[in-house]
Amino acid sequence: MRLTISSIREGIAAGEIKAVDVCSRALERIERFKNLNAFITVIGDRALARAEEIDQAAARGEPLPPLAGTIVAVKDNMVMRGVRTTAGSRILFNYKPPFTATAIERLENAGAIIIGKSNQDEFAMGSSTENSAFGPARNPWDTERVPGGSSGGSAVAVAAGLAMAALGSDTGGSIRQPASLSGVVGLKPTYGRVSRYGLIAFGSSLDQIGPLAKSVKDAARILAVIAGRDASDSTSSNVEVDDYVSALGGDIRGLRVGVVREYDVAGLDAEVKEKVGAAIALLKDLGAEIIDISLPHAEYAVPVYYLIATAEASSNLARFDGVRYGFRAEEATTLKAMYSRTRDQGFGAEVKRRIMLGTYALSAGYYDQFYGKAQRVRSLIERDFRNAFEKCDVIATPTAPTPAFRLGEKADDPLAMYLSDIYTITANLSGVPALSLPCGLSSSGLPIGIQLIGKHFDEARLLMTAHNLEQALGADFTPPALAGS
Amino acid sequence: MAITRTDVEKIAELSRVELTAEETDLFARQLSSILTHVEKLNELDTEDTSPMSHCAPGGGDVEYTKRDDEVRPSLGQELAVENAPDTEAGYFKVPRVIGGEQGGRGQ
Repeated sequence: MRLTISSIREGIAAGEIKAVDVCSRALERIERFKNLNAFITVIGDRALARAEEIDQAAARGEPLPPLAGTIVAVKDNMVMRGVRTTAGSRILFNYKPPFTATAIERLENAGAIIIGKSNQDEFAMGSSTENSAFGPARNPWDTERVPGGSSGGSAVAVAAGLAMAALGSDTGGSIRQPASLSGVVGLKPTYGRVSRYGLIAFGSSLDQIGPLAKSVKDAARILAVIAGRDASDSTSSNVEVDDYVSALGGDIRGLRVGVVREYDVAGLDAEVKEKVGAAIALLKDLGAEIIDISLPHAEYAVPVYYLIATAEASSNLARFDGVRYGFRAEEATTLKAMYSRTRDQGFGAEVKRRIMLGTYALSAGYYDQFYGKAQRVRSLIERDFRNAFEKCDVIATPTAPTPAFRLGEKADDPLAMYLSDIYTITANLSGVPALSLPCGLSSSGLPIGIQLIGKHFDEARLLMTAHNLEQALGADFTPPALAGS
Repeated sequence: MAITRTDVEKIAELSRVELTAEETDLFARQLSSILTHVEKLNELDTEDTSPMSHCAPGGGDVEYTKRDDEVRPSLGQELAVENAPDTEAGYFKVPRVIGGEQGGRGQ
């Protein structure tokens, strides 16, 4: 039987399960599936010590916190005091942060056991986890294929049962796209819903931390713990946090589900279209009303994103200069040469490409033409969503245009890689929450995800919709190679 | 839009990234292709549209409050320099700022 977050807590409280055993089994499994390269750093001793504390609390009959014994993987761009945090980059190969991200702190305070730091594209720049300085992660459904990215290690950890849930970060789809390609649930909350204190910044007007899990309910339980205002992050919102788990019990009769006219694009795989269409039909069977909506500026989302995200990244990544932490090139004899060589040797190709693009978009003479233009079109995209949400409550789209692609398939063509985020980027540009739910398998046995997009701070309804659909689909998305293992 | 090798060298200088000759060629090609793609934005008239610089819902309906302005404990010097590649007497240590191999090119 697969353990869920609530079943494990109840089991520990009743004395039927020991957190230490759950943790040991997870560590054995991580070792057994090392070929998936889901983790950059595993913190077994620390995790076992935490598990021991939980078992002792249970033995004393103390009430257990909501995530007691939940094994969680955390993307390696979230800092953890004293635990190596690399963001998938050589430039941070030895960085041991002096502080802990708020989201991680909240998980630990709620009894979760952090088992390791998961693999990712360097500084979250990528859609395949191939841009990791620590080697690519592999998709447990087919190890010759990518798990998606940039939170690929987090998606793999959950899909392969190496952790019960994971944290990822999503700047343009980096939680949802790997969730879709790896067959798990992934949620990007509303901009400002989860504190980003301790998240190594990529695109500050876009970045958001969120959960990946095997089920919508587990994702809701994680979100319930990490959401809410944090004095250490001025962009975290003081909007009240809903009771996400209780909200799952609602039904979707009368819910207005918008289907986007413009999203039937040339690159959309026929099987993805079919499975997502079938899931939307199922929502209709459950009593939802399907409404045709328009996002007229959707086709501009990818260029807008790649100007704004890279501009912000070029500024955010200026701090990696070999002075205060991480890697420093040895041979330079002047400060300026030290900066330039450190950054050349410390950053991978995609990160350099994006820093260069962002620097160009912000440079004198080009600012208005590129960055300024992108910000204006971003307003149009945000307005599209506001108009659409006057007609519907939730929007349904594919998460990614294709199932998992092969390792190396898009490695030499950055633009083709960028286009795999075509459906996910708009939610980051407008700040709304969005979730990916597995909704079927391709004929070659690869998972396909449906994306549900909600209104600002309407995660409760988004999760409720996804939960209803998940129950109606009634499918178990376990990679066949791992079934029964 | 075509990006030349000279453009790439200038951007690399601004970005403080030293590139090899191969990287310069590759980035000239790839950045040209990406910028051609983003030129699609010029199809839109945005004369009367204001730029969006953050995504507080509705362009700012929700207040992102600041914390109270109170003195709190901070990191401390020891921890602050703990990760540095080179330190001396509790300070970050770096190579010389002026002169040396790139002397005369300005800082």
